Amino acid sequence: MAVNKDSNVYTIIFTVIMVLVVGSLLAGFASVLKPTITANEKNEKQQNILYALGINDNEESGAATFITENVEAEFKKYIKTQYVIEGSKSTENNEAYLIDVKKEGTKAKKAGYVRKLPLFVGEKDGKEVYVVPVRGKGLWDAIWGFVAMDKSMTIQGVYFDHKGETPGLGAEIKKRFFMDDFAGELMLDGTTFKGVAVAKGNNDPLNNIKDDYEVDAIAGATITGDGVSAMLKKDIKMYVPYFQSLNK
Amino acid sequence: MGLISKKDTKLILDPLTDDNPITIQVLGICSALAITAQLKPSIVMAVSVIFVLGLGNVVISLMRNIIPSKIRIIVQLIVVATLVIIVDQVLKAYAYTLSKELSVFIGLIITNCIIMGRFEAFALGNKPWPSFLDGIGNALGYGVILIIVGFFRELLGSGTLFGAQVLGDPVTKTGLYAIGYENNGFMVLPPMALIVVGIIIWVQRSKNPALVEEN
Repeated sequence: MAVNKDSNVYTIIFTVIMVLVVGSLLAGFASVLKPTITANEKNEKQQNILYALGINDNEESGAATFITENVEAEFKKYIKTQYVIEGSKSTENNEAYLIDVKKEGTKAKKAGYVRKLPLFVGEKDGKEVYVVPVRGKGLWDAIWGFVAMDKSMTIQGVYFDHKGETPGLGAEIKKRFFMDDFAGELMLDGTTFKGVAVAKGNNDPLNNIKDDYEVDAIAGATITGDGVSAMLKKDIKMYVPYFQSLNK
Repeated sequence: MGLISKKDTKLILDPLTDDNPITIQVLGICSALAITAQLKPSIVMAVSVIFVLGLGNVVISLMRNIIPSKIRIIVQLIVVATLVIIVDQVLKAYAYTLSKELSVFIGLIITNCIIMGRFEAFALGNKPWPSFLDGIGNALGYGVILIIVGFFRELLGSGTLFGAQVLGDPVTKTGLYAIGYENNGFMVLPPMALIVVGIIIWVQRSKNPALVEEN
């Protein structure tokens, strides 16, 4: 039987079959791989929280590495309690780390919604450290991370990541030389919250001054840097009431 | 006749030199600009494109007699998009750290005009085996340029290769930096990728005058 490949009927049948084949192929792949992918994402979150806390395998000077095996056990060992803060009350919740910060941010735009804020309390060198998630916008796409602070909101360590910042420029925010700069920076000026700004042309490129509320920016990554400043200011500010109640 | 005939060798080797997709056909420039600031993403992108283009060419070639010509571009797009999504998902499940590093690059493969170009120009009219070789050859030709550009941009722009400081430490002034060398920050910006590609084209044409068009 000769088939007229230029006829509309053939084209439509071809399209329908192609869509069915491709659709079921992709759906099949997605549902088979989903559990593994979710598990990977969970592990990654735990790794990142531990990284901010300073529990990591940092050996090379350039790249940041973290423990990849036994993350779950390590996470349980170092993170003592996880809280969900809603308004002025906080409840313990062992799955607080699974809260989707992005979704909460969207929901919070609706009037009357009380945003759920996750908070992780860990212990490092006998001192209590509080880790909070942050999320904002870089130049191309989302940037996010975790910030570890002590009671007085002095940064102990940070972890940053990004979805699609420029390699060599904005993408450098997840490099150690940048993240390490944040450790020790103050965020409170007396009782006012100032955050930490990523500043161009400050007079402290080696970051020896820790109470200037600034860290040195990455050349060529101005907008990503501004995104980091804004993200720290906006997201950590939400936790200020909690820290104030701690210090009372 | 062996598995790879003389004609087949030509299919692989030509795109590496005299028929290079980037320097001669000037395709795939967009991704060459975007990802070559460092060596590692350049190599990873090259490997991913080799995989997608080799496989995609075979799939298109197998389907070449049943694809209605009216919608062939859409069919090609669907094939490449499907392959790219599968690669992305598999990487996310079994090579999570690697997939994080690639992030947007994987998606960028869909828009790589070399892939559509080879589907249209070669795979639609040839048998699977030559199509496969043509795909591998063109992807290699693309990859070689990417790696050359990535090498120079990372070395001159950041003073590193694969993230390791090979020229000394710019902050503590060791190695080359001790005698006054400075990194050229301009190299990490996209315009320098164009200029480096331009220099490669220049070198290639002066070595092989046959490539120069007559006015």
